[in-house]
Amino acid sequence: MTSFTINGRAVTVDVEDDTPLLWVIRDEIGLTGTKFGCGIGMCGVCTVHVGGRATRSCITSVAAVAGAAVTTIEGLDPAGAHPVQQAWLALQVPQCGYCQSGQIMQAAALLKDFPKPTDQDIDAVMSGNLCRCMTYVRIRAAIKQAASVLGSDATHG
Amino acid sequence: MFRRILIGLVGVLIVGVGAFAMLSWRSAIAPVARPSPAGFAPDLVARGEVLAGAGYCATCHTAQGGKPYAGGYPMRTAFGTIYSTNITPDPETGIGSWSEAAFQRAMQQGVARDGSHLFPAFPYDHFTKLTDADVAALYAYFITRPAVRATPPANTLPFPLNIRALQAGWKLLFFRDGPLTPDPIKGAEWNRGAYLAEGISHCGACHTPRNSLGAEERGKPYAGAAIDNWIAPPLTKANPSPVPWSRDELYAYLRSGVSQHHGTAVGPMSPVVHDGLRKLPDEDIRALAIYLADVAGSDARLAEIKPAIERALAADRAGAGAQTDPAARLYNAACASCHYNGGDAVNALRPELALNSAVTLSDPTNLIRVILYGVTAPEGAPGVVMPGFAAGFSDADIARIAGYLRSTRTSGPAWPDLDKAVATIRAQGNHE
Repeated sequence: MTSFTINGRAVTVDVEDDTPLLWVIRDEIGLTGTKFGCGIGMCGVCTVHVGGRATRSCITSVAAVAGAAVTTIEGLDPAGAHPVQQAWLALQVPQCGYCQSGQIMQAAALLKDFPKPTDQDIDAVMSGNLCRCMTYVRIRAAIKQAASVLGSDATHG
Repeated sequence: MFRRILIGLVGVLIVGVGAFAMLSWRSAIAPVARPSPAGFAPDLVARGEVLAGAGYCATCHTAQGGKPYAGGYPMRTAFGTIYSTNITPDPETGIGSWSEAAFQRAMQQGVARDGSHLFPAFPYDHFTKLTDADVAALYAYFITRPAVRATPPANTLPFPLNIRALQAGWKLLFFRDGPLTPDPIKGAEWNRGAYLAEGISHCGACHTPRNSLGAEERGKPYAGAAIDNWIAPPLTKANPSPVPWSRDELYAYLRSGVSQHHGTAVGPMSPVVHDGLRKLPDEDIRALAIYLADVAGSDARLAEIKPAIERALAADRAGAGAQTDPAARLYNAACASCHYNGGDAVNALRPELALNSAVTLSDPTNLIRVILYGVTAPEGAPGVVMPGFAAGFSDADIARIAGYLRSTRTSGPAWPDLDKAVATIRAQGNHE
């Protein structure tokens, strides 16, 4: 039995301790916005927040998040209107969309640590999030747009 | 002639055995009826609780999934496995029949109530430095805990190491009893820190190397040692972190488990900070920091902090982005999203690996362990995790990342046989 909160809601799941958090999020809790990609923490598609930090959920065991606060793409903003999500919409970032929830979660975490990210900051922090449609140019632009919105609106982030 | 020599030898042997028996003999202290918890002042019990935290008593005296202080936790030593004892006040299996005098003798002399010698897996060589008043507070705390009936498994020490009387010889060689003498030249805070570190918190039990008979080497205090499949880094000037462990860094690390420049408390150090020292008041943590900063000689090295951070951040920047080196690409995809620090300062929740002893120690064990098994939410920085890469990464991949960090983030020599080191640590598993 492991207890933690997900998107502000307390949950207790009865699964083996080494079950990946991603499986628990999708199969036990039923939130399917977080996707499965490589399964070894190398593509970033399964990124969620644990304690506000971007975390690859496919290689994080559920026991490791005992007592922690997990946030998925569904909980990033109650209305789905986080500045990163708005920028993604405005610039029409996704193509097939499969990696995008991971990209958005990683970008939102990036902007907390780097409110005015340089290209180098974006390259360094986003290199673990792959996009096979090659939307990288729009991802970079959307991160910068979200940064400028966040910079003028201190209530988000 | 031959007969006379033989008689002489037998005589010497008898006298020797007799002398050793006298040396090792300790009388039993009569059992008492379990003292009523109502007889202990609540503030004395409360003080004992703080001390029990500062001594991490629960960490070793509680088996995984077991009741607090009921014993049975395995301590794997080079001599065999020793199981911790039940220190709840159960009269038959715990210490319920121990008088305060018996408890005090165990703490300060390493002798059980029945007169048998305790093994030094129990750090009485540190607890002997405690004041009688602190021992009394600990007694009040333990004797008022719920009694648990539990007998630990038998130790696996081979003959003759399992003969407790022989411990008298060990004590003769290595054990010096008695309280810590304060150093009048140092201030009150330093002396308080020394009392805690040398006594109840027994820092040297892990951070001081031990000799072949398992005693802390007197000439090498805090020189660092291997313990429970981890490396307890040196706490002296020999600590390889480029940023000295200043008082402020030590305070932050010991208080919260997170330091800006040296990373977080993981492995056996995690329960020390998060379960044990947590009970100590801020001023005691400050005293520990002042003492340990002096052990490390950090106060004279503060000028090194800024250039060391600048070098670390420059290494970060140099490694970021598109790289041709496959090891750098692996690091950038798997690690940099969390560990990269841009700008001119280190984010404590982006542990800066160029400054971290896991990368700068001459032994790669701690780094490999953390890459393989990660850091759970209760460990390290509370509420934050690092995933483990054991399931997804081959030994070669993990060795590649470790070797890459070693060569790009430190000026130390390359770690030899990294693949083999990863395989060994993987075989040890995730539990100490």
